[in-house]
Amino acid sequence: MSLARDMITLVAVSAGAFFFLAGTIGLLRFPDTLTRLHALTKADNLGLGLVVLGLLPQAASVRDALKLISVWLLALLAGATVSQLIARAAREARTTR
Amino acid sequence: MNIASTFELMLAAVVLGLGIWTIAVHETYSAAVGFVAYGLLVALIWVRLDAVDVALTEAAISGGLGGVLLLGAAARLRHAELMVAEVPDRLTRVSAAVLSVMTAAALVGAVLWLPDSAPTLAPEVVANAWATSLTNPVTNVLMAFRAMDTMLEKVVLLLAIIGVWSLAPDTAWGGRPGPRHRADPNGVLVFLARLLPPAGIAIAVYILWTGANHPGGAFQGGAILAAMWLLAVMAGLTDTPAVGRRWLRLILVAGPALFLVVGLGGLWFGTAFLAYPTAQAKPLIVVIEVAMIQTIAATLGLLLTGAPERSAKP
Amino acid sequence: MSGVNVFGLYAAAAVGLGLYGMITSPQPLRKIIAFNLLGSGVFLLFGVVGRRGAAAGIGNDPVPQALVITGVVVAFSATALAVALLLRLSEKASSTTLSSGPAGRAGSDPPGH
Repeated sequence: MSLARDMITLVAVSAGAFFFLAGTIGLLRFPDTLTRLHALTKADNLGLGLVVLGLLPQAASVRDALKLISVWLLALLAGATVSQLIARAAREARTTR
Repeated sequence: MNIASTFELMLAAVVLGLGIWTIAVHETYSAAVGFVAYGLLVALIWVRLDAVDVALTEAAISGGLGGVLLLGAAARLRHAELMVAEVPDRLTRVSAAVLSVMTAAALVGAVLWLPDSAPTLAPEVVANAWATSLTNPVTNVLMAFRAMDTMLEKVVLLLAIIGVWSLAPDTAWGGRPGPRHRADPNGVLVFLARLLPPAGIAIAVYILWTGANHPGGAFQGGAILAAMWLLAVMAGLTDTPAVGRRWLRLILVAGPALFLVVGLGGLWFGTAFLAYPTAQAKPLIVVIEVAMIQTIAATLGLLLTGAPERSAKP
Repeated sequence: MSGVNVFGLYAAAAVGLGLYGMITSPQPLRKIIAFNLLGSGVFLLFGVVGRRGAAAGIGNDPVPQALVITGVVVAFSATALAVALLLRLSEKASSTTLSSGPAGRAGSDPPGH
């Protein structure tokens, strides 16, 4: 039973790490702000979500699992809002140039 | 070399690279952004050092609030008319480098020559935990065994806020700090500022409450409360209070004043200054922490908004 | 090399880096950032000493931890005061150089300003 749990954790966290890697490569290689934001949201949603999913089997109790999920939801909320604000500022900067 | 020490080596290398980049980059704004990332990674180092309370404080206050402070200052100074910033001449740079290397080498020597059986106060702290019936040893030290330091630190925060307020120009004396922010009332920032603060306040109170037995405490909770208030201010949902208002000054003084009152009570009714009677230790500490978290939140928030810029009269 | 020593060496490097940044950075805000870097290195040294004092079932000696928590808050308030001074200086003198001389002379407040 614990072997199955560890396997789930390994697979999910590795997949999450892959998405973080993809997001970072996008951040470094994409040409402008809007495309970079697009890459970063992949790290936020999928990367963090998969890492949290992988850590859920290791959580000690249901309350700890709920705390992990709420961490993911709060990071999603903050990331989405800030991406919108940065994108708007980037668009305005571009139109006033 | 196992996985854990490989990870620690890589973490230290990444943080070192980030620190060098923060010092060496040309633009000040980039240095401020680098500092925010640096603060968060150093919090990871603190977790590896098994000091979770410090990791929370470092991430919230140094990385989070400190980052907002520096980013705001970098943005405002970008537009200021900068005279040509003089780069120090070669002699200054070389002697500064020599001094830094010597200091770092001395500290490296100190670290490597630390005594093998490390002196520690952990057994005493654990052995004396019966005096407060709290199980988080750091909270015990902060609120009971070294409560004097915490009380004096409150006073230091007050001094800092007095220093910042004293920088107000004559027309804005006793007025409101910072500009009046306005945001699109149907926009994303206002949405976040309506959605997040209730959750943030609940989380801050939870962190205060659970600091008795698990990592947490008044400082971390106060930082989160300050951040929620600043979010509402930045979205234009509320305005900064005029610093001359009596209720504001009462909140700022409440933390250290209550601490002092309890301390003097320990002197009169008990054995020493800040001595808690064992039966009432936990309630007293809880009461002090409730006053403390409000003072910390108000002080940190006001330190961030800066010196008054607008007159108090509307 | 144990993990604790790695962080101790990094803390020493951070102190050296922050000291260099404070002395040689041209803009005052960069000096403030370097000062924070220096402070974080000093706090990490405390943490390393505390980690070596792990005993009685806790992983890190609580007394240095409490000192560092106090120190982080005080460092933040010092940074806030320094930034407020810098912003006021930039308003008054319309430049942010710390050097004395024609560029850095700030005029005194005219009455009522």
